[in-house]
Amino acid sequence: MKKLLMASAVTAVAGTAAFGAAHENVIKLGIILGFTGPIESITPSMSESAQLAVSEINDAGGILDGKMIEAVTADSTCVDAAAATAAAERLITSDGISGIMGADCSGVTGAILANVAVPNGMVMISPSATSPGLSEAEDNGLFFRTAPSDARQGEVLANILDSKGVTEVAVTYTNNDYGQGLSDSFIAAFEANGGTVTLNASHEDGKGDYSAEVGALASAGGDVLVVLGYADQGGQGMIRGALDSGAFDTFMMGDGMYSEDLLASIGPDLNGSYGAVPWSEGEGTEAFAGLADAAGFDPASSYTRESYDAAALIALAMQAAGSSDPNEYKASILDVANAPGEPILPGDLKKAFDILAEGGDIDYVGATNVELIGPGEAAGTYLEYTVEDGAFSQVEIR
Amino acid sequence: MIDFLNGLVALLNFVVIPATAYGAQLALGALGVTLIYGILRFSNFAHGDTMAFGAMSTILVTWLLQGWGVSLGPLPTALLALPFGIAITALLVLGTDKLVYRFYRRQRVAPVILVIVSMGVMFVTNGLVRFIIGPDDRNFADGARFLISARDFREITGLDEGLAFRTSQAMTIVTAVIVVAALFWFLNRTRTGKSMRAFSDNEDLALLSGINPERVVTITWVIVAALAAVAGVLYGLDKSFKPFTYFQLLLPIFAAAIVGGLGSPIGAIAGGFVVAFSEVTVTYAWKKVLEYWLPGPLEPDGLVQLLSTDYKFAVSFAILVIVLLFRPTGLFKGKSV
Repeated sequence: MKKLLMASAVTAVAGTAAFGAAHENVIKLGIILGFTGPIESITPSMSESAQLAVSEINDAGGILDGKMIEAVTADSTCVDAAAATAAAERLITSDGISGIMGADCSGVTGAILANVAVPNGMVMISPSATSPGLSEAEDNGLFFRTAPSDARQGEVLANILDSKGVTEVAVTYTNNDYGQGLSDSFIAAFEANGGTVTLNASHEDGKGDYSAEVGALASAGGDVLVVLGYADQGGQGMIRGALDSGAFDTFMMGDGMYSEDLLASIGPDLNGSYGAVPWSEGEGTEAFAGLADAAGFDPASSYTRESYDAAALIALAMQAAGSSDPNEYKASILDVANAPGEPILPGDLKKAFDILAEGGDIDYVGATNVELIGPGEAAGTYLEYTVEDGAFSQVEIR
Repeated sequence: MIDFLNGLVALLNFVVIPATAYGAQLALGALGVTLIYGILRFSNFAHGDTMAFGAMSTILVTWLLQGWGVSLGPLPTALLALPFGIAITALLVLGTDKLVYRFYRRQRVAPVILVIVSMGVMFVTNGLVRFIIGPDDRNFADGARFLISARDFREITGLDEGLAFRTSQAMTIVTAVIVVAALFWFLNRTRTGKSMRAFSDNEDLALLSGINPERVVTITWVIVAALAAVAGVLYGLDKSFKPFTYFQLLLPIFAAAIVGGLGSPIGAIAGGFVVAFSEVTVTYAWKKVLEYWLPGPLEPDGLVQLLSTDYKFAVSFAILVIVLLFRPTGLFKGKSV
């Protein structure tokens, strides 16, 4: 019995030592996305995309003299701030992460930032939180996003309507921080252009029935219904309801509505509608598309490019700062993201690490032509598109 | 006269038809909840996800049928797949009953424990559905989408307002009527139905009169599975199938069942329509209809909307609170909650 006890004690000690040794060579990266909840259909691709960046880094030999990055995922739920906060807390205290790729929806992102990231001094790079409110959030220089603020998108949408000569619209937005922020910035920009909004009605996601909202909007009237929601959620319900009842024929869609599934499920009635979506084109985007195809997921799915860039930026900043301590590498994020330096495309991460290791300077272009402005958010270019013959057709980049 | 007709059509198109279809869907869901409450004596929180499971099994069979090239012409193929969906759902609920509920029933636990147990079942079913079919939106409606579309209606009648009537809405209403009639006939006229009602009234007396309680429980679950699958499929045909939405449907369904009176089948139906109509009418902007109906000088400038659509859920819950305050047993004398 004594021997057995002794043996197990020895094994336990040895085990702990091995565990500790393994830990020293690993830097953990938290990926917090809404794997359940209203955007659960797009988050798997986002996560895969971030993991793609991680495995590319590891294949290149890791960072900071050969340390591997290990991704740890957690569920933000997109809507439940308490659950998201608890998940982020767990990643920091029990998993010991060194950076957060996330969160996704603006509401939970703000909650994690205020309750977990700032108190614990943790860097967060969100690939998809676009609420204008986050630009002013108290962040101690810890919060960045590879997606542009919706203040910009509101202007783009208003300008598209202006160029089409539409002066009277009804607006419906998804009732959360994202929808609210986007509809506010859109309405401000649209009214500044001289337009009139007949009714600004919110809709809840994942609800059973949208006839009340469609009825009210139809009664208010307008030439176009501006839908600022999610393609696989209330936004789709609203468009379907409005088309079925003959309330509106033409829709203008915000970025959350850009989805092939929407075209497939609404069908030809959507022809003639238009909208805008954050877009990037050029070598970086094509390089990313190649990588994503090889990894077996759809590069055009929402926010996959931003997710790859967010994960890559964290690793690059760590390498540039020579440390995985968030408070040390947070200052390097803007350096690696912006000029001057050697442009870095997706798939070139190894080259970037070599340059940084020699003390050189890089300008991470990434999949979305990353250019961080102001408080560390993407400047944002948008694609204006129309729906023609059941497919998205590009009009111009704004 | 033309103005009056235009107003009437607008009202039908945006209020009456959508609310009736939605009310029928809620009523079918609430019937299932109320049956469980009446006979097994607990609030079954897993009902929304049982509906999702029923819809999912039907969708899988529908895809199989579509793969074989079977179709029903203008009607959706899902109708053909529905009996299979019901059978699979019945197997699921009977399985959960054998595995989970029977254990607690044998111990004669308090209803509140069964409620918590049903929440556990809810999460498991929820996960099961997502595991099998995934969290994405699935559109499985085929056949003709409209009986009459808004555009056709305008061309035929020459009115300014269009009236749209979808096949799925018509089917929902017709199916709801048939199912409800069959259920009432079963409960009131057949021996089994009567024994179920006896069991609901007094379990011990029913036992003494030679009613086999396990048989009653089994039959109840089968009926509930059928109701859930039918409601889930109709709902999925009318809107689209997404597991998350079914989980959210639970609230209005329970509101409907409680407003009508838990345990009372007729109350569940009335409750479904009360909730659906109150959600749509109170938040409807009456501007369009009133512009047609009122003479020029009286026409409203504003939207004439009692409450913003943000409050539509507040409306059904306000009704729920009022009913519980003044008639705790619901509109149709259900069991007190």
